Amino acid sequence: MPAIVFVHPDGSSQTIAATEGASVMQTATGAGVSGIVAECGGSAMCATCHVYVDPAWADRLATPLANELEMLECTAAERQTTSRLSCQIKISAALDGLVVRLPERQQ
Amino acid sequence: MNETAAMAELDIDPYSAENLHDPYPMHQRLRDAGPVVSLRPYPRVVACARHAEVHTVFNDHATFISGAGVGLTNFNHETPWRPKSLILEADPPQHTQTRAILSRVLSPKAVTLVRATFAAEADALIDRCIEKSKREGRIDGIRDLAQLYPLKVFPDAVGLQVEERANLLLYGDMVFNSMGPRNELLAKSAERVGPVTQWIMQQCQRDQLRPGGFGDQIYQAADAGEISHEQAPMLVRSFLSAGVDTTINGLGNALYALAHHPAEFAKLRADPALARPAFEEALRWESTVQTFYRTASRDTTISNVPIAADTKVLCMLASANRDARKWPDPDRFDIGRRPTGHVAFGTGIHGCVGQAVARLEGELILTALAKRVACIEVAGPHARRLNNTLRALETLPLRFVAA
Repeated sequence: MPAIVFVHPDGSSQTIAATEGASVMQTATGAGVSGIVAECGGSAMCATCHVYVDPAWADRLATPLANELEMLECTAAERQTTSRLSCQIKISAALDGLVVRLPERQQ
Repeated sequence: MNETAAMAELDIDPYSAENLHDPYPMHQRLRDAGPVVSLRPYPRVVACARHAEVHTVFNDHATFISGAGVGLTNFNHETPWRPKSLILEADPPQHTQTRAILSRVLSPKAVTLVRATFAAEADALIDRCIEKSKREGRIDGIRDLAQLYPLKVFPDAVGLQVEERANLLLYGDMVFNSMGPRNELLAKSAERVGPVTQWIMQQCQRDQLRPGGFGDQIYQAADAGEISHEQAPMLVRSFLSAGVDTTINGLGNALYALAHHPAEFAKLRADPALARPAFEEALRWESTVQTFYRTASRDTTISNVPIAADTKVLCMLASANRDARKWPDPDRFDIGRRPTGHVAFGTGIHGCVGQAVARLEGELILTALAKRVACIEVAGPHARRLNNTLRALETLPLRFVAA
């Protein structure tokens, strides 16, 4: 099972075993990781599952679609170059070890 | 290759008065019967009542299309009662184009711009309800609150005239009844809506819409060449179909839930920041939109059960939201729950495009209640308004005790 590392704003981290085919958001909410709200449940409609992908991983993810880019303009915390909606990152074996940082706030 | 599984059949009519009054025992039977169930009264329909299958169907929009209608009627063979919606009853690539415009107009960012106005209206309305409750001993949670608020704030934001907005109620009732069978509910709705349809389409014209409002922004998108000027009024129509009756009943159902669970309301009073998750839980527990259909675009399977092309797939959102396979203690209304993944707004590319507005309305009304009302008491028997798609109340007598 691929492992995903969530880094909280205070620097602490949680490593969660993920299911291939699930999203990073589903992995987080399923394990009760605080800091991912995911109000819309994964439709790229609310921008409350915002994460900063570790720069080492950013280029290894599929490019965001137009609706995700549009929604990234609505994040509560500052948008950075590696900002993504975690509901749009689908987990594969190639993403084993993916590191994402959680923003200060989602709403 | 997975082996295929047989499909259970039940003699259930989701549109019988009994099931519309109290759908939960029916949901349980359907969920227990299997992942996909055929319904004897509707031979061309299969039903998904569990969360996993509803989620799967909604997230496979190429196999399970919307263009043949999201109600029982199959537009491949029958004519829709009105010109098809450019977003609800459409598939990519056309859907992608219209959806992008509505997503932008109703985005979380756009919604922050109306927040202060919506909040002031919510506070003022709750104060009026408290006064009326004191004066008359009760209010009607539906007529005095759940209807008034969305009928004020949302059409204001769209940029609609103030007069005759009650027409929107008749139109909403028709839109959602039309997704069921041609029963008496639909016939009565159609009779009432007759004179209103023309009014609705008039309100969608540019000269009727306040410049800068949500409606006018659709026309600006047409000016920019994103859609044609003929399509613009049709997209404005989507605001009027989907933006009023849904939120009215979302609020009505939330009031019902809080009135019948005083301990949960006490939790909300103690921490008004729970308003948003409490509204979310009310949507899960008593989902406004009970059902939507998709149509199989090819021979396929759902959880290994073969589904023939052109089959109507009934997705039971309200049932999915109470599926014990997904939710611990699903029949319990618990505002401390974080019901991420509920499908009250649907999910996938057709997930409710107005959900940020709906959540704002719910949050603000519940916040105003938490801050201004000490307790909500049931002040008489409620009555349901039956609709083929919506879980709706006709009346909800309540007493508000001022904080």
